[in-house]
Amino acid sequence: MQPIISVRNLTKTYRNGFDALKGVDLDIMEGEILALLGPNGAGKTTLISIVCGIVNASGGSVTVGGHDIARDWRAARSLIGLVPQEMHVDAFETVWASVSFSRGLFGKKRDDAKVEQVLSDLSLHDKRNEKIINLSGGMKRRVMIAKALVHEPRILFLDEPTAGVDVELRKSMWELIRRLNRSGVTIILTTHYIEEAEEIAERVGVINHGELVLVEAKEALMRKMGEKVLTVELREPLAAVPATLSRYKLSLGGDGTTLAYSYDVNAGRTGISALLSDLRSEGIAMRDISTRQNSLEQIFVNLVRRDAQKEAAQ
Amino acid sequence: MNLTAIHAIYRFEMARWWRTFWQSIVSPVLSTSLYFVVFGAAIGSRMEDIGGVSYGAFIVPGLIMMTMITQAIAVGSFGIYFPKFVGTIYELLSAPVSPMELVVGYVGAAATKAVALGLLILATAALFVPIQIAHPVFMLAFLALTAVTFSLFGFIIGIWADNFERLQLIPMLVVMPLVFLGGAFYSTDMLPPFWRAVSHFNPVLYLVSGFRWSFYEHADVAVGFSLAAIGAFLAACLVAIWVIFRTGWRIKK
Repeated sequence: MQPIISVRNLTKTYRNGFDALKGVDLDIMEGEILALLGPNGAGKTTLISIVCGIVNASGGSVTVGGHDIARDWRAARSLIGLVPQEMHVDAFETVWASVSFSRGLFGKKRDDAKVEQVLSDLSLHDKRNEKIINLSGGMKRRVMIAKALVHEPRILFLDEPTAGVDVELRKSMWELIRRLNRSGVTIILTTHYIEEAEEIAERVGVINHGELVLVEAKEALMRKMGEKVLTVELREPLAAVPATLSRYKLSLGGDGTTLAYSYDVNAGRTGISALLSDLRSEGIAMRDISTRQNSLEQIFVNLVRRDAQKEAAQ
Repeated sequence: MNLTAIHAIYRFEMARWWRTFWQSIVSPVLSTSLYFVVFGAAIGSRMEDIGGVSYGAFIVPGLIMMTMITQAIAVGSFGIYFPKFVGTIYELLSAPVSPMELVVGYVGAAATKAVALGLLILATAALFVPIQIAHPVFMLAFLALTAVTFSLFGFIIGIWADNFERLQLIPMLVVMPLVFLGGAFYSTDMLPPFWRAVSHFNPVLYLVSGFRWSFYEHADVAVGFSLAAIGAFLAACLVAIWVIFRTGWRIKK
């Protein structure tokens, strides 16, 4: 399958000398949901802004639907809808005027039915004659999404779509993103909420210090980086971990009533059965057993920390 | 060529103009009319005719120019400054719209407003003072050229300005004095020779003079000079805008 967006060795140095991107390579497949994860200032917004034509790249190339964004910018931009991170709206315009303006700006013939449909899809239809300044924050964000979608783009960029949004609204935003994706729109979103990437992304890219640290299918990433924790609940509390079990590096918790064992899912021998039989031979009675997979959050923290250590070592 | 986009921008800007009817249409017409009443009807009757034209009628072309220039700059600069200020410029930059299409949309709308205001003021003036237009075609040509040129100049100011103070700086400190001293209220013949010579460095003088000539055939400088001056200023603005978009100056990081 051809990627719909191809980023090659993309660099960006701002005028103040800050290297926001240091040679990023990335292929985005048609129809996927890709989450770009990274701490603040990692380069996520710069990457998006270059692809969308708002910031000029310092080096490298980007193609969108096979069109080079510099040479063939008109065709490239027509395929993209952008919802920026900050709340930028035409405060004094009506929802309708603002959204249909966007359609015209992208060179699409006036189509009131299409505008109606986009507004309905975003539950904005009854607000269409309302001035944007009178809308709530969540509605304003939906207006920005409507503006990005009304020219029927094949790719939608969402820069921090749920930053500063309450839980309820965040869930409805995720539902909306899934629905858009089902209708065939490729979605790229940036976030620094790990749970967001975990919840809706199919692939996750991690950006840190202007570099794409990795891009992986979410499941593969979680498996690959997957440290699992086995927690054993004990019938009787222990004062200390018995010395005979010291090779398992167990940690005692819950006032001595739980034992936690970390292991690597990918290791040939996880050591679980040995541990369980050793526990039994020690005469330690178990009440319950559970395992927990590392969240993306931990994976992410590990990656960023490893990055920092590498830097410190240099 | 994204004609749909030009049309969308133009319509959007014109809609804003209508929405602020009192502020952007009634107010400039009213304030200019006050000049006719005060200087034309009240004081003007005590003034001598200039070049065979009554003072009240003499100041009309200059006043129209004055309002058109200030309004064209104000509207032209605000149209592009406002999206920058509120951040909606992201949409203009990410759209498949070329810089020149942006300019045509925004400057076209600003110039349309300026011409409409000029004609409205002319019609209002005709109620107070006797007006005659000797060369209507030239009159309209001056009107249109001035509107386009200063809307474009305003557009450049709007791109240059990064705060509201800067947005006002050039209009208030440079353009306003030039316009006031550009012979709107007097003929340079009335000045001492030294100040008459200095006046000729004021570009607005050429506009007012040429525009007034199209009404009463009374000019401080030859009409050819007037047309050349506005043509040169228009060309300078076009070069400036071309450079700005080529380099992405103050628009793109």
